[in-house]
Amino acid sequence: MIATAGLAALWFAAALAVLQLFSGFLALRQPDNPLTPVVRPLAMAQAGLVAFAFLCLIIVFVQTDLSVALVAANSHSAKPMLYKVAGAWGNHEGSMLLWVTIMALAGGFVALLEKRLPEPTLLATLGSQAFVSLGFYAFLLLASNPFARLDPVPAEGNGLNPLLQDPGLAFHPPTLYVGYVGLSVAFSFAVGALLTREVSPNFARAMRPWVLGAWIFLTLGITAGSYWAYYELGWGGWWFWDPVENASLMPWLAATALLHSVSVLASRNALRAWTVMLGVVAFAMSMVGTFLVRSGVLTSVHAFAVDPTKGTFILALLAINIGAAFVIFALRAGTVSEGQRFAIVSRESALVFNNVMLSAVLGIVLLGTLYPLVAEAMGAQVSVGPPYFNPATAVFVVPMLVVMGIGPLLRWRRDKLGRIKHFLVLPALVLAGVAIWLSLRGVHLMPLLGIALGTMLLMVALVPLKGRRLRTVTLPLWGMVVAHFGIGVALLGIACDSAFSTEKLVAARVGETVSVGPWLIRLGRIEPITGPNWTALEATLNASYGGGSTSELKPQARSFWTPVQQTNESAILTRWNGQLYTVLGEEAEDGRWQLRLWWKPFVTLIWLGGALVALGGALALLGRVLSDLRRFIAIDKIAYRRQQQGRL
Amino acid sequence: MSAALKPKHQRLVLVLAATAALIAAALLAAWSLRNQASYFYLPTELVAKPPAAERAVRLGGMVEAGSLKTAPDGVTIGFVVGDGKARVPVTFRGITPDLFKEGSGVVAEGHRQADGTFLADNLLAKHDEKYVPREMQQMTTQEARQKVEATK
Repeated sequence: MIATAGLAALWFAAALAVLQLFSGFLALRQPDNPLTPVVRPLAMAQAGLVAFAFLCLIIVFVQTDLSVALVAANSHSAKPMLYKVAGAWGNHEGSMLLWVTIMALAGGFVALLEKRLPEPTLLATLGSQAFVSLGFYAFLLLASNPFARLDPVPAEGNGLNPLLQDPGLAFHPPTLYVGYVGLSVAFSFAVGALLTREVSPNFARAMRPWVLGAWIFLTLGITAGSYWAYYELGWGGWWFWDPVENASLMPWLAATALLHSVSVLASRNALRAWTVMLGVVAFAMSMVGTFLVRSGVLTSVHAFAVDPTKGTFILALLAINIGAAFVIFALRAGTVSEGQRFAIVSRESALVFNNVMLSAVLGIVLLGTLYPLVAEAMGAQVSVGPPYFNPATAVFVVPMLVVMGIGPLLRWRRDKLGRIKHFLVLPALVLAGVAIWLSLRGVHLMPLLGIALGTMLLMVALVPLKGRRLRTVTLPLWGMVVAHFGIGVALLGIACDSAFSTEKLVAARVGETVSVGPWLIRLGRIEPITGPNWTALEATLNASYGGGSTSELKPQARSFWTPVQQTNESAILTRWNGQLYTVLGEEAEDGRWQLRLWWKPFVTLIWLGGALVALGGALALLGRVLSDLRRFIAIDKIAYRRQQQGRL
Repeated sequence: MSAALKPKHQRLVLVLAATAALIAAALLAAWSLRNQASYFYLPTELVAKPPAAERAVRLGGMVEAGSLKTAPDGVTIGFVVGDGKARVPVTFRGITPDLFKEGSGVVAEGHRQADGTFLADNLLAKHDEKYVPREMQQMTTQEARQKVEATK
């Protein structure tokens, strides 16, 4: 019953999207036709219907309604409640419905909230949004219906992959999807602006909050996903250059570039065509990411909701949407007039430089991710890993980070390096000092560069605040300072992890003490325990830092029974200066237990940095939204006063 | 200098500079992909056309029954990966994946050593029915075909 209602709502929403597409574009030709006023309400109604369909899916999962094929394949009545709810999007069909839900909600919010854009541009934007979502409606309804029924109804479900039975599942995919799909708004804005020839600072100011919002969620999603993989996989690594990780990194790189160029367009009326193109590219990367993750064309440690037969459909959608956008771009780019000029030494130049560097990194990641596909088509099976990605991206990331430090100190339009020289002397000295000190300690080149550069970035990131009264600093400026500071923090964490981590792999008897870094770790006991749908062997480790007081860690080797699978649950102890990471392996024949132990100094800075970057974005977004609100209130007041005067 | 540039020229210069940087990135990517991509080998291929000793490759095959041995340190294992025609001894230090066992498939990431043995940095085994390394999906169909051929 509920499943049927969900399916009906989905069909109805698709029908509204057809109408929205039609009326949105009709308004371009005949602005005063009777359908024009319904475009906004259509977008909002569509959002409501899809949200209802998604709610229905969650309900059938919570009730474990096994007559729904998706529930039977992915759920089990004995699963904890949190995973019943989260299980709704831990599979192919459910995650695609989540995608469409977020897309419709984004469209609905644009229709509800966007007041800055000229009406024709907004209608074209909503039309474009409907065009993109129609492809996904077709995909859901024709090729991967989440509400498909089973007859006869099975007695019990298959259960959810144990690696996914973690609180991370409840938050990570939705966060990342909000980011992915939020970029569809940037895409639609770009298409709408091209169609109505409205590429202007005003358009950039309207687009900026949406890009910022999507980018914040992408940042959070990637940061949280990295930490989730770090503790769940039990390999001690936080980034594997796995295709699924790259799939989330590529839209982030494009969105970061877009975020900065949209700011240039908003405040300096330059980089017009480039901004529009980045809007298209960013969403293209979201779709490439979805294709890579959903189609199963690549081997991945994170690919859980995979269905190879459906890759072609997504690829076709990708080709249609992006192809159409590029055709519009090619036809209209000539009409986008040149923006304001700027000198070689100026803040615009620094931003252009970093945009190009981000694009180069994006290109390198994209090529490395797609190369195995190309090679396979030519008959060779290859995989591409850190030996390719690390050095090739570093070539562009290092100069980018240097310019990221200097850029914010420069003035718009034209500046002289001589003016900011004195800000840079101390950071440069620190950079050199740290580098020399580390090289004397035998640290390798890349981590050395990372630590030195990270330390320098922490200093220069704060320079824009110099000489200002902190109370008067605007929120967007705070946002930039915090985000750039966060990049420095994350870089320090990454470099410290690779420079100073120590690892120990041993087979230890119960009662034996092992050392790793400054830690002494005693294997206390091993005992069996049971959870809601698993049993486990749990080790008790007594760890003491430098001979001080001891803390307990309890890594587990878990066995799930629905479906049957083993996982290693790592146990992590966090101190202010790093993390102790422990994994319990198997029992050797002579009764010893395999233990894998890492001491990772300052590794937590990686995710702290990511969180700071997202916080910076949030501050900037808050600042923009507040000043928009103030502006609208002021406009309303003026209009009201005029009205009053008119009456007098 | 730039003040003398006409608007059209500034756009042109920007486009050219950006294109040059992107081409440089593409060339760098192509060059390092040739050197750094790790190729997938079956044991037969690894024996017939051995890759350079330090080059990272992946080796996929079946763990031969009775070949798995644990060294006295308790964490180093040795086993033989075969595909019915050739056999390659593999050494691995670490915690093995959960479904790694004799008689089942494995993909070992690592490199061939000068003495012909394979040193694995990482082992990928079949996690469950839903997650199989793609190379292994294909491998099992190849094997199934071989078995069909053998029984004819």
